[in-house]
Amino acid sequence: MSAIRITNGRIIDPANDRDEIGDLWIEDGVIVAESKIQNPKSKIEEIDATGLVVAPGLIDLHVHFREPGQSHKETIGTGTAAAAAGGFTSVVCMPNTSPAADNPATISWIHERAADIAKVNVFCTGAITKGLKGEELAPVASMKNAGIVAITDDGHCVQNNEVMRRALEYARMFDLPLLDHCQDYGIVGDGIMHEGEWSVRLGLPGWPRIGEELIVMRNIMLSELCDAPIHCQHLTSGGSIRLLREAKARGVKISGEICPHHITLTDESLKGYDSNYKMNPPLRTEGDINLLVGGIADGTIDILASDHAPHAPYEKEVELDHAPFGILGLETEFAIFCDVLVHKRKAIALPRLIEMLTINPAKLLRLDRGTLSVGAPADVTLLDPDLEWTYDLTKTPSPSRNSPFHDWTFKGRAVRTIVAGETVWKL
Amino acid sequence: MTTTAWTRKDLVALDALSADEITLLLDTAKAFKGVGERTLKKVPALRGKTLVNFFVEPSTRTRTSFELAAMRLSADVVNIAATASSLQKGETLKDTALNLEALLADVIVLRHSSAGAAQFLAERLQASVINAGDGSHEHPTQGLLDVFTMRERAGRLEGLEVAIVGDILFSRVARSNVHALVKLGAKVTLVGPTTLVPRSLESLGVRVTHRLEDVLETTDVINLLRIQHERQRKEYFPSLGEYTSLFGLTKARAARLKPGCLIMHPGPINRGVEIDSDVADGPHNVILEQVTNGLAVRMAVLYLCAGGARAAV
Repeated sequence: MSAIRITNGRIIDPANDRDEIGDLWIEDGVIVAESKIQNPKSKIEEIDATGLVVAPGLIDLHVHFREPGQSHKETIGTGTAAAAAGGFTSVVCMPNTSPAADNPATISWIHERAADIAKVNVFCTGAITKGLKGEELAPVASMKNAGIVAITDDGHCVQNNEVMRRALEYARMFDLPLLDHCQDYGIVGDGIMHEGEWSVRLGLPGWPRIGEELIVMRNIMLSELCDAPIHCQHLTSGGSIRLLREAKARGVKISGEICPHHITLTDESLKGYDSNYKMNPPLRTEGDINLLVGGIADGTIDILASDHAPHAPYEKEVELDHAPFGILGLETEFAIFCDVLVHKRKAIALPRLIEMLTINPAKLLRLDRGTLSVGAPADVTLLDPDLEWTYDLTKTPSPSRNSPFHDWTFKGRAVRTIVAGETVWKL
Repeated sequence: MTTTAWTRKDLVALDALSADEITLLLDTAKAFKGVGERTLKKVPALRGKTLVNFFVEPSTRTRTSFELAAMRLSADVVNIAATASSLQKGETLKDTALNLEALLADVIVLRHSSAGAAQFLAERLQASVINAGDGSHEHPTQGLLDVFTMRERAGRLEGLEVAIVGDILFSRVARSNVHALVKLGAKVTLVGPTTLVPRSLESLGVRVTHRLEDVLETTDVINLLRIQHERQRKEYFPSLGEYTSLFGLTKARAARLKPGCLIMHPGPINRGVEIDSDVADGPHNVILEQVTNGLAVRMAVLYLCAGGARAAV
């Protein structure tokens, strides 16, 4: 038996509507009301959290860890190290690995690999369709037995509405939510940046808002038809927020997430053709950012995520239209959200931010995490919401370096990450 | 002559240049045009320098023009075409370019299908990088030679009415023309179907219209871009025939042009598509003059970027 007492911190546990200064007790990797071990004192580890926030371990439901198949970009080891450094105790991996996570063997392999080398909890999604091709359903029941928490073809989008409808109906049988990367292939074509003034100026093919909005609308209608949840990933368009707001008001089981880069950077960033600003979906405009932040402020959006997408430097350092989409995100995610949403724009208060990064994704995916309730696994993140720091990309545990946020200064940072009672990272 | 000093190693985009820099390029080209009219067409400005024409997309006229321009400046010239290059063996653009630089190339003239490719190289090489067309982004020497021709023929650019007709959305020639013309005070109207001339182009400081008739009787210059229907991925218009019926410079439309209106085309022309065959051969066109001026413009660009005229930076 061992116990940890985190003393004198501001405990914020949105799941229990708790926000107070106090002590948090952990015994044998589980949250307890107070440890029965009172003596000897030497068996109790004390962590002084004076001036810090004690939050449930953060959860990111959208990461790409590249294993199996692309370990030169990231491994489950390096990816979870980045997660720990960002304050995340649980991550949810997307299935666009090589081979794709569209079968129970690959899911089991990822779980085994995680058991060997992961620093934080690793949850898996399974593909909606075989090979992420959007044609035939992947073996959802077998993957559920192997432990997946959702299905998604992320990186791809099922274009055939009939396939999407059947996938949604089928997944409902297993209580598995469906996560969707919203992109209409016909409209988007080979678009690589927001269609607007800058795409025109730079001579780059446009990826217009409507390419996202059409699929968001489709998802709302299918969710309503099947009475099953669809979560729209990495939303970028102000129009998508309007659609979601209207649908949620009618009780449709639709939700959406927003990523840090989409509320901090605009399409103008691409004027130097730097591939660290190339992501899918693309960076949009100041107007979109205002509408996205509005959606976060009024509760239309209740989940935030990173879309952590590592790529090796030599893969990114090519002609812009040949470069892969995506950027690193886990280490800067909390800092950006805290800095932009809580401090600069005052769109939400810190407890709401923590809620969007803990209990809300846990509820969507039915994880027994994201709370400091007695009996819950002792995943805890200590946060200093006022700490100013500068991100140094050269120190990232990831073998990739594709972040546009190198040398940016943020206010707010995780300072200690605890998984099942074990400190896996501290500043 | 302006007194602006040229400080750039590269020529990547006219969007990045000031009006004075563009004027300096045009004035330098004017001086070099005289060289082409001599019996002995060579000057020693780039003697001992090596220029690599690195064309990752097919081109005959632009490559030949750069090659001749370099020869007239006494540079040594090597041509590398996409099919012969190692890019097809999986080497990255960056590695190929570093190899060229390791062979002590002083100037790399790049034609590439990717927008931004010239800037990508310019940021990574010591050598001068001259953009000979990057995707749908810019084709600065074409823009300069068009503007040079207009200035020479019309005697001014300030207030000049210029219509550019065709596939603007995908045209690097249009972008380079627009940037130079707008900076030098010309009044530019872009003409073409709504699908290829979106309203967002107005942000470049130009007018947009979808009726050729709107400009016929008022424009001083009409620049017809090549329509590359076969290369377009999506359906932007139903057929070449329909395009010609709306935007082709037919004899009837040409008859409505102002007397002395310049008819320009960057070539190669599609006779009977953008321009009626007889009109293409008619007295008002300066299409072949553009080709001749291209040589002088490219000499000026090479001279300023690589000829030692550049102030130490």
